[in-house]
Amino acid sequence: MMMMKNVFPAAGRVLLSPALRRFCGSPGSPGSPGSPGSPGSPEAPEDVSDVPASPQLTKQASLYVHWPYCLRRCTYCNFNKYIPKENNDPIMIECLQKETEALLQLSQVSHITSVFFGGGTPSLAHPSAIGAVLETVYKQASLSGEAEVTLEVNPTPEGMSKLEDFHRAGVNRFSIGVQSLQDEDLKSLGRDHSSQEALQTIEEARRLCPGRVSVDVMFGRPGQTVKSWEGELSELLAACDHHVSLYQLTLERGTRLFKQVQLGHVTPPAEEATAEMYHRARGTLQQHGFLQYEVSNFAKHNSESRHNLSYWKGRQYIGVGPGAHGRFVPLGEGGVVREARTQTLEPDVWIREVLQRGHGTRRRIRLSHLTLRLEEVLVMGMRMTEGINHKHWKLFSPESGLHEIFGASVGVKELQQSGHLLLDDRGLRCSWDGLALLDTILPVLLVELEKQISVNTTQEPLSVS
Amino acid sequence: MKSLPVLGSSFRQLTTQQDKVTDTHREEPERITASQHHQSWLLLITLTLLADRCPSVFKEAVDMSKFPVDRIRNFCIIAHIDHGKSTLADRLLEMTGAIAKTEKNRQVLDKLQVERERGITVKAQTASLFYTHAGQQYLLNLIDTPGHVDFSYEVSRSLSACQGALLIVDANQVLNARIVINLLLFFVPPPLQGHSVIPCVILPIDLKNADPERVESQIETVFDIPSEECIRISAKLGTNVEKVLQAVVDRIPPPVGSISDPFKALVFDSNFDHYRGVVANIAVIGGRVNKGDKIVSAHLNKTYEVNELGLLRPDEQPTQKLFAGQVGYLIAGMKDVKEAQIGDTLYLQEQPVEALPGFKPAKAMVFAGMYPMDQSEYPALRSAIERLTLNDSSVTVQKDSSLALGAGWRLGFLGLLHMEVFNQRLEQEYNASVIVTAPTVPYKAVLSSAKLIKHGREEITIVNPAQFPDKSLVSEYLEPMVVGTILSPDTYTGKIMSLCLSRRAVQKNMVYIDEQRVMMKYLFPLNEIVVDFYDLLKSLSSGYASFDYENAGYQAADLIKMDFLLNGRPVEELTTIVHRASAYSTGKAMCERLKESIPRQLFEIAIQAAIGSKVIARETIKPFRKNVLAKCYGGDITRKMKLLKKQAEGKKKMRRIGNVDVPKDAFINVLKRKEK
Repeated sequence: MMMMKNVFPAAGRVLLSPALRRFCGSPGSPGSPGSPGSPGSPEAPEDVSDVPASPQLTKQASLYVHWPYCLRRCTYCNFNKYIPKENNDPIMIECLQKETEALLQLSQVSHITSVFFGGGTPSLAHPSAIGAVLETVYKQASLSGEAEVTLEVNPTPEGMSKLEDFHRAGVNRFSIGVQSLQDEDLKSLGRDHSSQEALQTIEEARRLCPGRVSVDVMFGRPGQTVKSWEGELSELLAACDHHVSLYQLTLERGTRLFKQVQLGHVTPPAEEATAEMYHRARGTLQQHGFLQYEVSNFAKHNSESRHNLSYWKGRQYIGVGPGAHGRFVPLGEGGVVREARTQTLEPDVWIREVLQRGHGTRRRIRLSHLTLRLEEVLVMGMRMTEGINHKHWKLFSPESGLHEIFGASVGVKELQQSGHLLLDDRGLRCSWDGLALLDTILPVLLVELEKQISVNTTQEPLSVS
Repeated sequence: MKSLPVLGSSFRQLTTQQDKVTDTHREEPERITASQHHQSWLLLITLTLLADRCPSVFKEAVDMSKFPVDRIRNFCIIAHIDHGKSTLADRLLEMTGAIAKTEKNRQVLDKLQVERERGITVKAQTASLFYTHAGQQYLLNLIDTPGHVDFSYEVSRSLSACQGALLIVDANQVLNARIVINLLLFFVPPPLQGHSVIPCVILPIDLKNADPERVESQIETVFDIPSEECIRISAKLGTNVEKVLQAVVDRIPPPVGSISDPFKALVFDSNFDHYRGVVANIAVIGGRVNKGDKIVSAHLNKTYEVNELGLLRPDEQPTQKLFAGQVGYLIAGMKDVKEAQIGDTLYLQEQPVEALPGFKPAKAMVFAGMYPMDQSEYPALRSAIERLTLNDSSVTVQKDSSLALGAGWRLGFLGLLHMEVFNQRLEQEYNASVIVTAPTVPYKAVLSSAKLIKHGREEITIVNPAQFPDKSLVSEYLEPMVVGTILSPDTYTGKIMSLCLSRRAVQKNMVYIDEQRVMMKYLFPLNEIVVDFYDLLKSLSSGYASFDYENAGYQAADLIKMDFLLNGRPVEELTTIVHRASAYSTGKAMCERLKESIPRQLFEIAIQAAIGSKVIARETIKPFRKNVLAKCYGGDITRKMKLLKKQAEGKKKMRRIGNVDVPKDAFINVLKRKEK
């Protein structure tokens, strides 16, 4: 940070680089209708950081609720989860409610668009816990009956037996962590369910919420081959509902699996093979009527996850529970800038903080510069097959359109020519092949964005009062 | 293993010091005998001084006359990396009040980012400590010594200013200790005659795996120092650190020389300060010097007035005078570091003395082009290089230009590590973005064309491979030769001989210098040793072999120019001049290594080595098919952004060749020759 400041001592003041201003002003600039940077318009404001975000963005949010407890540790998982020694559920429920209340108050949102209960293993919670949190939401903001309320479910017999009660408590969408349909693999991954139990859970969930059940599966597992993956996939397609999430297993430091791989006890498939698995799965799912709408997500009959789409579209979200993340403007304390907020990780500490001051927010970073906000909009938006349309972009960047920022870039042109990227009247998006290579495309776009919009790295972490 | 070269390399350096030290002995025979009574041994500390972190505990003027030679000890520390040297240095500074005692003192003396990152010391530093022992106040001068062979010229200077060293061995690493001790054995005897050694055995907090007895018995066997003379310390806890200071006083002899002699000082280092000019680090050999004195540098025979002098504690603390035996800094209106020649002698204008033997100047071994990433950065890079070379006079600088890279410089370095460190410092300290080309040596071509000869230049020197003249214009190519001297235990003779043979070397002679050690002389093409010869020599001899060389003129050679192409575009940085006989193997090896160093991209990349239009080797990098991270929801954004921003930053630092992004360090990686 310090270094950046030294390098660009004056950069913080100016919104647009001279190059961009010139570009905006040029009469023939392609596809930049109504650019406010047109000739004769006043200089860019001295500091854009505190320009309030559009009310379209601030009056609503989605809500994520984190249940941190698990019965056991999966070998691949580095999520924030804890194996409790005693039953902490009552206090956990109380605190989740308390924090929901406090953060809703702080954000001043009038409308919650969706709720997602994740974890950990939220299906371990008593259904009344879910009900209690939803009750808290109703008290303070509107949550329509249509709003998506998802619960992550571990497909164990216990999880299955509670589905009906969860449904009654207000859950209307289940996301089932199937992971694999190979019992051996489930065992080595440390999962506590069998493939049979998973299939039964899917069935029960579909009975309760027809068309609103999602399954999670993992590929790139040690020992998996392209062929075995294809077999597994068709078995899954026979059983699943309208939504599938495919995740490539990532080896995370600190997990048991990471260690096993390092020691050579297990070998994950080669890069080429996992790429092939991904490509085949995309093809197969498409043939079965599942449209890919994001890098890892497929849906038919418009069953996309509204909650997750709101992340990728750069909407506000409130994160409740240990380690949860949020992105919203704290209007309740007079804030005008979106903040990236993280709650305290460790459940016991988090509980103490919530009891003391209503919430356990550990870290707040003001996304005060336009670049920061736009970077997130870009990175998240490009994960969607529809990419970022002009309207979506303008919502965050009223000053400069997609064409103005990316239209003249050599790097972007190369990506267009090679057929990985499209920039047209609809907006900016990846091609079918490009989407699989997004992590190579994004750095090119980020470099261009930074070049075009001046660098102001003011990213002051605030102390939490 | 990585740190082994540090000690092994110092040997070469120290060996070159032999003559000088012996001379000193001749001057002061009684002193030497006395110091040998002290059971001559050595102790080393590597310290880099962080001037701005040190409170002025001792701000009041120091009366330097309070410290006659018998109250002065000059010493350094030898240690293997990670043996707790920095922590010990912190404790020594704390205990003597040079820095305040706080929790925060961690590697106080490792100042440069590059030093902290690489765990090496690049620039020698000095710290004067005040220590009271048995009711007497002593002045202890701790002189820092870098380790790697590339920086060995810094070591020899530093050693010339001290009489003893601390030897630090980690009790936790018995195996390594053996290697370390053997390394030390190899370079201790000749150059450190007259140096006292105090062995310190570092105890880890967790004693479970420590075996201090074994380490001590090894020390006893190898150095003939009784085990009981080893000091067991825990630098972390501060245990026995006081004893180290006492041992410095008791066991290291005071410097020789007398206040009544005429003033004579050795310049053992110099720095450049933008406001005050050259700051010379001096060891006063005899007499005294006052502020305002007129002094002469023996080398240039130029006269200066002493504007400022003082101690380094480790920050500068001005004094009025410096006396025989003392070490400090001196500013005398010198405008260029070249005026404060390392190894030079300073004396009073009215009292000329015989100059000290001095040092061999550092010799550039590796030449490489350095260019700004963007020509608009040329002026900034020029000033960065100028400023950095002011503090590192061993770098030679020559202007150069290239079609592809624009204007730049061809710089000469002492070795590949020196080059990497220089490059890293440019980037870290001056925020400069640099393209580094393949290291080369200066070739010559004898021109045949009458037209060219008419211009009066029959023979041209080719420093930049891109300017290699075509065969049709040349009657003969010449390559620089050196006579290399290798000193090694005889166990490694076979391996060393085959290494030399593979480097087109011709053996001149081979002599046993004692029962186990053999000295071999070879005639090498310089090109064959510039990049990685030391590294290989050291690794195949477990660090025991030392290497030195001297120029041996030029010899005719069958040289050709080899180009490397990425998707058909030549990469000028990699253009190499090779001996015809090794063209194919070099081309193939470099293509393979390029393949490892260039990340996969969205399209296929063809890597080719070509002589003229003939492709002699090819490798292919397959395109990526999938590299998108699977999961990215609300809680993943921060982490994901961090990763991507890092990649974007990396992208900015890549060099674009055609449509291929090449990381800058790929070139250096590629040019390091790795052999099995």
